[in-house]
Amino acid sequence: MKSVKHTSELLKILPHDDILQQCMHCGLCLATCPTYDLTKMERSSPRGRIYMIKSVARGEMELSDTFAEEMNFCLDCQACETACPAGVKYGRMVETARVVIEESIHKGKFSVKLKRFLLRNVVASRSSLKFVSNILKLYQKSGLQAFVRKIRLLKLLSTKLYEIEKLTPVISDKFSDNNIKEIEKPEGEIKFKTAFHFGCLMNTMFADINQDTIDVLKSIGCQIITPKDQVCCGSLMGHNGDMEFALKLARKNIDEFLKHDYDFLISNSAGCGAFMKDYAHLLEDDPVYSEKAKIFSSKVKDVMEFLSDQKLKLKLELKPVPDHITYHDACHLAHAQKITSQPREVIKTIPGIKYTELEEASWCCGSAGIYNVVRYDDALKQLERKMNNIKKTGATIVLTGNPGCMGQIKFGIEKFCSEENLQVMHPVTLIKKLINK
Amino acid sequence: MFGKTNFTNMNSLIKSKLKSLVGETNYFDSYEDRLVYSYDGTPTLHQMPEAVLFPENEDQISQILKLANEEKFAVVPRGAGTGLSGGSVPVENSVVVVMTKWNKILEVDDKNLTVTVQPGVITGILQKEVEKIGLFYPPDPGSLNVCTIGGNVANNAGGLRGLKYGVTKNYVLGVEMILPNGDLLKTGGKNMKDVAGYNLRDFIVGSEGTLGIITKVLLKIIPKPSETITILAYFDKLTDSAQAVSDIIAAHITPSMMEFLDNTTINCVEDYAKIGLPRNSEAILLLEVDGKGSAVTEDAEIIKKILQKNRASTIRTANTESESLKLKTARRTAFSALARKKPTTILEDATVPRSELPVMIEKITTASKQYDVMIGNFGHAGDGNLHPTALTDERDKKEIDNAHRAFDYIFNEAIKLGGTITGEHGTGLSKKNFLEKLAGIPGVEMMKKIKSVIDENNILNPGKIFTISPKCEGSLPSRREQIKDL
Repeated sequence: MKSVKHTSELLKILPHDDILQQCMHCGLCLATCPTYDLTKMERSSPRGRIYMIKSVARGEMELSDTFAEEMNFCLDCQACETACPAGVKYGRMVETARVVIEESIHKGKFSVKLKRFLLRNVVASRSSLKFVSNILKLYQKSGLQAFVRKIRLLKLLSTKLYEIEKLTPVISDKFSDNNIKEIEKPEGEIKFKTAFHFGCLMNTMFADINQDTIDVLKSIGCQIITPKDQVCCGSLMGHNGDMEFALKLARKNIDEFLKHDYDFLISNSAGCGAFMKDYAHLLEDDPVYSEKAKIFSSKVKDVMEFLSDQKLKLKLELKPVPDHITYHDACHLAHAQKITSQPREVIKTIPGIKYTELEEASWCCGSAGIYNVVRYDDALKQLERKMNNIKKTGATIVLTGNPGCMGQIKFGIEKFCSEENLQVMHPVTLIKKLINK
Repeated sequence: MFGKTNFTNMNSLIKSKLKSLVGETNYFDSYEDRLVYSYDGTPTLHQMPEAVLFPENEDQISQILKLANEEKFAVVPRGAGTGLSGGSVPVENSVVVVMTKWNKILEVDDKNLTVTVQPGVITGILQKEVEKIGLFYPPDPGSLNVCTIGGNVANNAGGLRGLKYGVTKNYVLGVEMILPNGDLLKTGGKNMKDVAGYNLRDFIVGSEGTLGIITKVLLKIIPKPSETITILAYFDKLTDSAQAVSDIIAAHITPSMMEFLDNTTINCVEDYAKIGLPRNSEAILLLEVDGKGSAVTEDAEIIKKILQKNRASTIRTANTESESLKLKTARRTAFSALARKKPTTILEDATVPRSELPVMIEKITTASKQYDVMIGNFGHAGDGNLHPTALTDERDKKEIDNAHRAFDYIFNEAIKLGGTITGEHGTGLSKKNFLEKLAGIPGVEMMKKIKSVIDENNILNPGKIFTISPKCEGSLPSRREQIKDL
């Protein structure tokens, strides 16, 4: 029977039956689930999905299209993990289910092959990503994009393609790995030995943020090592059913970083940080890498987490900020890394700040990795909700610590609040602007 | 009435009738959808329904019930499915009617202090809405951010504030519901006094979906108290904390909340919430006093003295509203947090007259030792409503048996002390075996008679609370042999 194979696959990947057993179906997760909130149906809730996964794993239920649909409808924002008093590891379950789906019922599907090809060969390969980014840059800078948008060429082909095209981020003028030296030293004494992971999107689409991160770190006495041969963290592949490839990337990063001497590995991208902190877990059964992965993961820090932890030593001197600020929690910071208070603490110490807390700040904006591209319509519903909450704050700057969220909110500003004076920014960029030199 | 032989798999003709009744987009019968409506918040109970329906209006519900009478299938109403006695767990040959999409607040009447809601409105959302205009809906079950008003009314839900503010029944002014024969019943209204005829409204509250499907609820709301003080006290001895509770009641003070957590519960909650609870204390009490002006501070001072007299090792006052909210939120997660220790947490809610609380706490400790089962204990100490929770693993049959034996002991002791088998979770499937001991044969017979008159064919949530004999519900989801053999 078909299900027997999948059952063993699912059970093989899940470490033990206990992880399935942990959920006592109390339902406290339902209130925080963005997809349950849309449909009000149990199958779109964490509790319902766990029940289905359990049934498949035990061989009681066939892998079906409905099952696959619900696993992919999930944003994997992990708000349910934050809500779960019992400590259920929902994210790992749903990601494992996605692996099984991609390797069985969706095996050979063109869209899956294409997605996997793009993630493996474009996103994960720095040279290809830069190559594609350069073409995009040409498209954007040459006026072709403006032309295509003006005549609504894509709308003739497909309305959705026309909309999704607007999600393409503006490619940075210079990629940050060309600019950042392998070893950057502060002007004065070295207070912290750090390393830096520059991420794929941050490197090509948000290169300025990488530069800002380096500048802020240097200004407070960090030596920063940025290994040239580091690779993509693997999170997009891992969350989208290609864990095998993600782990290859993980091993490569561990090898490259552990060649160097550092105490903190700084990430400014919530998704990357979360995934790299999880290497220890993901590789726990790897005879060669389990110990190394533990050391690697224990040093990973989000940049705002680092600034907050070290704030007593830092003495950041900042100019007053004239803008009205709010903060959106990236899921991979708030739910995956449990970092919510630290960025706020740092932001609130900025002199003269007018800060308004965002309602539902930790509700997913719909970006969710590549969710906003592969499930555009579902993502848009979450984005609209987010933008309405942002408008209510009256803020002029939304800070958020993840490139995915930044791209999504930027798109949201164009789509839902174009008339408003509003911009989205990484907290580290704001700090860079305010450093008193 | 219909016999067991009628409970075969539902035929496709009935299914297609149901589908055309509610429309294709509101009808689900895939394996997946039936699976995810096979349970509620109750541990170890589950059974798949034949179909899941999301009716859009009163007429559709009425038609479903009429068809159920004609075709002899069961209908199980459901809100968010957070119940803890199996009240919304499907039975054999049943369809589930889900009311979560009926989630509109229809009217807030600030002249009469009432609010009219659809049954799928989430309790916590209603509270936030009325608090925006300085009003207050006090009932606050642990699952308030998820559970629905319809479910609260059907189960007469309680919560942390029951001690001073009462439970759901104290706030229900009117109910509209579709009776099992398909008629629409409207009872109650905005009058603060109303003695016309039998008090049907109060009879419906707590009927656990066996008498009708609730479609509209009129609730009373009250002005929000302006002052609140939250106090947390640590105890090295369990009995001291229980005595403190009795002393506070005896001093004629009514806190709005008086919650008790034992050491096991403290540690599980702390693992989740990380708010600095004392891991070594044998017990803590979380108290809140509210009201207007200086009376609140005076009460708080008296309480602190009583806590001191009973050897509380630390007494803390929450400094900010957010700190107080954190403490209360942490308390509300207690039941689920206990699942950190063991995956199957069987929670009960034996309740005793408040003066008997210290005795009951001791009996629960005895049960845990005698039957060799780990029990975490917490609850609404102020109203004698405890939540002893057995921490077990359903894969270990012996452990589950021990847990049930321990609960048999606890229930019997509670009844001996003049208590009850359930304070706020309902009878449902999980406590129906004990009902006769508590309500007596005439009591249960009266309930059954009423049910058979209102629901002639026993189609609406059959097998819950009690069994209509001769047995006619088909096989019910059961957690132990006794229920199955009834």
